[in-house]
Amino acid sequence: MEFSTEMKYVLDSFWLLISGCLVMWMAAGFAMLEAGLVRTKNTTAILTKNITLYALACVAYYYVGYNLMYGNGNDFVGSGLMMYGTSADGHSLISDFFFQVVFVATAASIVSGTVAERIKFWPFMGFILVLTAVIYPIQGHWSWGGTSLGGMIDGFSDFAGSTIVHSVGGWAALAGVLLLGARKGKFGADGSIHPIPGSNLPLATLGTFVLWLGWFGFNGGSQLALGSKDDVDAISAVIANTNIAACAGALAAMVLTQLLYKKVDLTMVLNGALSGLVAITAGPDYPSMNLAILIGAIGGLLVVLAIPLFDKLKIDDPVGALSVHLVNGIWGTLAVGIFNPDVALFAQIKGIVVIGAFTFLSSLAVWAVLKYTVGIRVSEEEEYNGMDVSEFGLHAYPEFVERQGA
Amino acid sequence: MKKIEAIIKPFKLDEVKEGLAEIGNVGMTVSEVKGFGHQKGHTELYRGAEYEVDFIPKTKIEIVVSDEKVASVLETIEQKAKTGKIGDGKIFVYDVAQIIRIRTGQTGNEAL
Repeated sequence: MEFSTEMKYVLDSFWLLISGCLVMWMAAGFAMLEAGLVRTKNTTAILTKNITLYALACVAYYYVGYNLMYGNGNDFVGSGLMMYGTSADGHSLISDFFFQVVFVATAASIVSGTVAERIKFWPFMGFILVLTAVIYPIQGHWSWGGTSLGGMIDGFSDFAGSTIVHSVGGWAALAGVLLLGARKGKFGADGSIHPIPGSNLPLATLGTFVLWLGWFGFNGGSQLALGSKDDVDAISAVIANTNIAACAGALAAMVLTQLLYKKVDLTMVLNGALSGLVAITAGPDYPSMNLAILIGAIGGLLVVLAIPLFDKLKIDDPVGALSVHLVNGIWGTLAVGIFNPDVALFAQIKGIVVIGAFTFLSSLAVWAVLKYTVGIRVSEEEEYNGMDVSEFGLHAYPEFVERQGA
Repeated sequence: MKKIEAIIKPFKLDEVKEGLAEIGNVGMTVSEVKGFGHQKGHTELYRGAEYEVDFIPKTKIEIVVSDEKVASVLETIEQKAKTGKIGDGKIFVYDVAQIIRIRTGQTGNEAL
C-alpha cells in the first residue's frame, strides 16, 4: 500500500527533522568529548569554541553556504536554491535545509579538537566562517549537489559523508595543525613524546555516547525519506549497521590496546567507537551486519595505530580527530568501493583525492593568510597560563584555583 | 641537613626536576599551592560583575638534602625556575632536626 503524496511529504520531512535534531545533539557530544580530553586550564576555551562554531556554521551556511552547495550554477559551485516550498523529491525544503545545516556544523566541529589548547579564538572563528560558507559547500556541490564536478567524480558514493563531512573536517584540521605547531611540552627536543592527559574522562565518555546516539540521525537521516516500506527497511539497516560498526570499533580498539600496551586504554576505546561510526558512514545501507562489524573493527584498529603515528610525525592532535575523522573517513569511503559491488573502487579513490586536495589546499591557504596577518597561535605565556584565563578571563573550574572566599 | 622549599611557577616544574636530577638529586615532594607576594592579582569580569583574583597558582617543591648539596641545589633551582618576570617565586632554607626512613629505620644522613 503506497502512501498519498501528502503522507509521504509528511513522513519524509518528519524524518529529516528528527534526524537533524539528533545531529545537532552531536554538537553536545563533541563539546563534552573535547572538554574531557584537554587540560582544565583550557576547558572554557574549547567549550566556547564548540558552541560558537556551531552557531556560526549554521548562520554562515544559511546566508552563503547553502546557496553555493545547491542550485544549478555550474559544475564547480551552485547558484542558490529555494529554501521554502517542496523539494524535487516531495518533502519540505526547509526540513532539508535544517538537515543539511547541522551536517556543516559537524564538519566544522572536527577542526576545534585538533587545534585545541593553542589556537587563537578569533582567527579560528575566521577560518570556520570560510570553511562553512565556502569550502565545505563547494565540495558538497560536487557530490550531494549533483554535479560530480563535470563528471570528474562520477560514481563516487558517500551515503552520509565519510568523505564529504568527516574527512573534510579532517583535512581542514590537518592544514591548520601543520601551520599551528604542537603544544609546548608535547615533543621534546630529543624527539621524545610527552603525553598530555585529558582532564575529565567521564566527560569524554559521555561525549562519545552522545555522538553515538546522534550518529543514528546522521546516518539514518541520510536516507532522506521515511514514506515507504523500502525507505524504512533501508533506515533500519542503516541504524543497525551504524550501531554495530561502533561496537566493533570499540572492541577492536579494546583488544589492540591490550595487546600493544598490556592495558586497555579508555581514550582509545572511545576513539575506536567513533572510528567505527565514521567508517560505516560512507555506506551504512548496503552491508550485512557481519560486514558492518568488519568495517567498524578495521576502523578501530586503524585509529589505535594512527594516533601514535601522528605523534611520530610530530603532529599534535589532542583529541585524535585526525585519526578518527580523516583516516577513517578515507577508510570508510574506500570500504564502499571494496565491498559494494555497485560502486567502483577507483571512483571512490578519485572522490577522496579530488575532495581531499581541494579541501586541504583551500584550508591551507586560509590558515596561512590568518597566520601571516593576525597570527593563529597564542603567545607562549598565554599558553602556559591557559587559554581560559588568557583569552576568556573565565576559569572552567575556578574553585580549583584562585577564587577568593564565597 | 637542610630542607629546601621552593615556590615556583607551575610550568617550570619539569625543568627544575630535570635540572635537579642532573646534579644527582633523588627525590622531592611537590604540591599545588596558591598564593601571592608582590605580584598582585588582577580583576576579572563574570557576567558583568567584577571580582578580584588575588591568588595565583604556584607549585611548591620540598627537598631535604645534606649540607654539602645545599649550594648546588639552590643554584639549580634558581637557574631553572627563573623567567625574569614577576612571580618567579622564592626559595626558603630550613634546618632539619631529624630524618628517619620508615622502611629501614635509618636515621640522619643515611636516611637521605
